[in-house]
Amino acid sequence: MRVSVQGERFELGLEAEAFAQANTSAGAIVTFTGIVRQADQGGLVAMEIEHYPGMTRKALTEIAQTALERWSLGDALVIHRYGRLAPGELIMMVATAARHRKDAFEAAEYLMDYLKSRAPFWKKEVLADGAENWVASKAEDEDALSRW
Amino acid sequence: MEVLYFAWVRERIGVPREWVETSATTVAALVEELRAREDRYAAAFADLSALRVALDQELSDFDASLDGVREVAFFPPMTGG
Repeated sequence: MRVSVQGERFELGLEAEAFAQANTSAGAIVTFTGIVRQADQGGLVAMEIEHYPGMTRKALTEIAQTALERWSLGDALVIHRYGRLAPGELIMMVATAARHRKDAFEAAEYLMDYLKSRAPFWKKEVLADGAENWVASKAEDEDALSRW
Repeated sequence: MEVLYFAWVRERIGVPREWVETSATTVAALVEELRAREDRYAAAFADLSALRVALDQELSDFDASLDGVREVAFFPPMTGG
């Protein structure tokens, strides 16, 4: 299992390939990648991601560890960036490796649901006109945890 | 104890962290003390349902005891992923 909290960009292809190479006995690998999207009205110039350095890594590790115990996973990878990101940049990725795809898909969804609401990150949108908006959490993100 | 603020809580209070001398025994009591300090604290802590708290870097709740706690963090609901 690897957890990385980083300011630097990462290469999706390189990370996915390295994960696959490290898990050649897995029958299935699932990856999910989050990307900074344009605001609905357009005009987004950056997404600023703040985090709680002392807590972030610990929280992500606990979430990934729980996924490893709960599903029949061979391995898990979580990368999450912080700092100022432009539209189109990759924010984060998760990868899961399992014997069968059901475990790999479900564990990846679990990781994403918990990352959204239980990992100490906060996003702020910076718009072209200079306005800044903290992204509000959604009730459905919190509700998503109840299915696990 | 060390008190940390993140996101709009940090912006409203105006500092990312500060040392707070307190005899509060619960998070709720600490919040009451902070609210009484200045308007910026009262504004930040106006609606506790919009806030989350972590004690020594573990998510907790406002009823929790501060016994033995070294670091308290206040922040809005998280928006990772």
